[in-house]
Amino acid sequence: MEHTKISTIEGLNKYREKILESEKNELPTVFVCGGTPCLAKGSRQVFEAFKKEFGAQGLSGSVELGIKTTGCQGFCNQGPLVTFADKDIVYMGVKPEHVPEITEKTVKKGEVIASLGYRDPQTKEWATEYSRIPFYGHQKKLVLKDVGQLDPARIDDYIAGGGYSALVKAFGMSPDAIIDNIEQSGLRGRGGGGFPTGRKWRSCKAIKTDVRYVICNGDEGDPGAFMDRSIMEGNPHAIIEGMIIGAYAVGSNKGYAYIRDEYPLAIENMKTAIEDARGLGLLGKDILGSNFDFDIKISRGGGAFVCGESSALMRSIGGNVGEPRAKYIRSVEKGLYDKPTVLNNVETWANVPLIITGGVQGYRKVGTKGSPGTKVFSLAGKVVNTGLVEVPMGITLRELVFDIGGGIPKGKKFKAVQTGGPSGGCIPESLLDLQIDFDSLSDAGSMMGSGGIIVMDEETCMVDLAKYFITFLVGESCGKCTPCREGLRRMLDILTGITEGRGKQGDIELLEELCDCLKWGALCALGTSAANPVLSTIRYFRDEYEAHIKEKRCPAGVCKELITYRIDEEKCTGCTVCAKKCPQKCISGEKKRPHTIDASKCIKCGVCRAVCPFDAVIVE
Amino acid sequence: MAIDIQKVDGIVSGYEQSKESLLLILQDFQREFSYVPEEGIKRLSDIFGVPESRIYAMATFYKALSLVPKGRHTIKVCTGTACHLKGAPFVVEAIERRLKIKPGQTTKDRRFSLETVNCVGTCALAPVVVIDEDYYGGSTSENIIKNLKRYT
Repeated sequence: MEHTKISTIEGLNKYREKILESEKNELPTVFVCGGTPCLAKGSRQVFEAFKKEFGAQGLSGSVELGIKTTGCQGFCNQGPLVTFADKDIVYMGVKPEHVPEITEKTVKKGEVIASLGYRDPQTKEWATEYSRIPFYGHQKKLVLKDVGQLDPARIDDYIAGGGYSALVKAFGMSPDAIIDNIEQSGLRGRGGGGFPTGRKWRSCKAIKTDVRYVICNGDEGDPGAFMDRSIMEGNPHAIIEGMIIGAYAVGSNKGYAYIRDEYPLAIENMKTAIEDARGLGLLGKDILGSNFDFDIKISRGGGAFVCGESSALMRSIGGNVGEPRAKYIRSVEKGLYDKPTVLNNVETWANVPLIITGGVQGYRKVGTKGSPGTKVFSLAGKVVNTGLVEVPMGITLRELVFDIGGGIPKGKKFKAVQTGGPSGGCIPESLLDLQIDFDSLSDAGSMMGSGGIIVMDEETCMVDLAKYFITFLVGESCGKCTPCREGLRRMLDILTGITEGRGKQGDIELLEELCDCLKWGALCALGTSAANPVLSTIRYFRDEYEAHIKEKRCPAGVCKELITYRIDEEKCTGCTVCAKKCPQKCISGEKKRPHTIDASKCIKCGVCRAVCPFDAVIVE
Repeated sequence: MAIDIQKVDGIVSGYEQSKESLLLILQDFQREFSYVPEEGIKRLSDIFGVPESRIYAMATFYKALSLVPKGRHTIKVCTGTACHLKGAPFVVEAIERRLKIKPGQTTKDRRFSLETVNCVGTCALAPVVVIDEDYYGGSTSENIIKNLKRYT
């Protein structure tokens, strides 16, 4: 529809009615997932095929309305995903050649093509309904409800579904009443810390000042986390609406969305959304006749993990090197340009319209007493179903990994889950029935973090994993404070020694001491939480550390210096593939006879193991 | 390498003259020239009245920025947690062996630059390699070498 400024609340309601009227479509709209994993698997081609097919068949309703690309629909390893408006059908692994059949049967006649659904690996049964697919059936989609059901580049889609009505409701409330609502809802910061959002807003509003800022933290830097990206890509207006409400409540006229540069699509969609909102008068001067001015500017991050820390992020927005400061004075008092600032994470902002629309009681129905609402997680690693999931707080890790995630692939044994990225820790099998909420994860030595859940199986070495995170943190430490800059390097030295067979008695204790120093001495939360990956692996997998140190053995078969590659004579058929691919040319043997590896030349690159069709290469 | 100073000015003129624009302009330099050229830093310093040292500090602090030109194609091997567990280290090593460069370096013929990145957020495809704009999921030390051949 034409975008002209809407200057009253009534005008917005009329605009919504007009969209609904003009978009009446006899056939159900086809949604093709446009999340990055689906795009990588060819969803763009599927989209084009639909366009062509609809055009060729001259189907009623314009092509633009009939087929939409959406944000991430969640079940990433099964993509490209295709769904339909108002229908309980989801198709997976769709290819362009499926498009004519889908158009003919499902779009036109509403028939289901079972073989494009989900096949349960155990029962071998096909399912196309959300409720019958365990990955979706156990989820509770609130924040992600519209992601995958609308075209993120079209503000009309958002408004048609009731978007910006929370803002209208908020304008009818006093700013204090809004803050009361957010406080009573129990919303806690989804970026990881879990700080009560309402309290943050109230503290900011209480300070007398001429200027206040609100910031959306979209610098999702945790490896293994992609929730915020999916929300920014899939439903940017929910974030913007939340920010406007927040700004109105605390009395701010200027907002920033800080998005990491590695997310080009998120930046593009947020940019379009902000421009469209501005075009309709939902951002800018005198929004909907409320006498309230607010606008949002996008800042792009520069690929520095530490910029996810609030004070570093604010320095980065100001055109500086993103180094954190000591927070004796909190950023709600002195934040961006030393002015009171409310900084919330993407997902937190997206929760705000839900609370205003549904009310405090409605919001608190989901989740636990201490952590109400839902949490979006990205589920990845050694797990059958990977993707984006939203579950009520209080669900157990076991449900998340086994019911939704479908367990461990290839019949391997579960070992641990890692939550909270480099600031979090590993949780062992004995704690699988732990409820996921902010407090119980901290008690277990991990943390919620932004919501990355990485599943690990028996082939994961926990010492190597600790080394991995510390290597990451050494690279990302900004270098301002000594415990983080030096402490992490020494920890890496010790961990490298252990994984290379040079570990000695006392190493574990020394690591623990360094962790303690980091915990108490580092300047910002990234430093103080950097000890978690090491401490939690020592806490739950001390025996693995000891096997490396005392027996010079890596039980998981990962640490190169402690393992050898060998060919199983019984399994080897002498197909010679490994010998041809070996970069060291150190595999020999006659055709159709078992081969052998010359251990003195082997560089343990793993190529032979990867190419062997018979799983005959063994790591010991 | 000589830089078209008009291009520099073209990028700068698209932004408001505020320090907030510095990082955004540097990122545009990176995109346009495949690095942050010395001339660009000098020009920014003049226009914004900011010491060159401060802009240099930014150019070295932020990973997205480079002071040396990158190759025609950038290979980003994701070494996020999920990719690490699923074998990203093997993939990095295979590329290192083939191209004879380490992460952060560029081949002599400027065909490829190799980088490791912490997470591209497509963990479901792990291990992921991103070459220019193309995502390759399920990468192995074997198939990645074949995929490199598509880029000249």
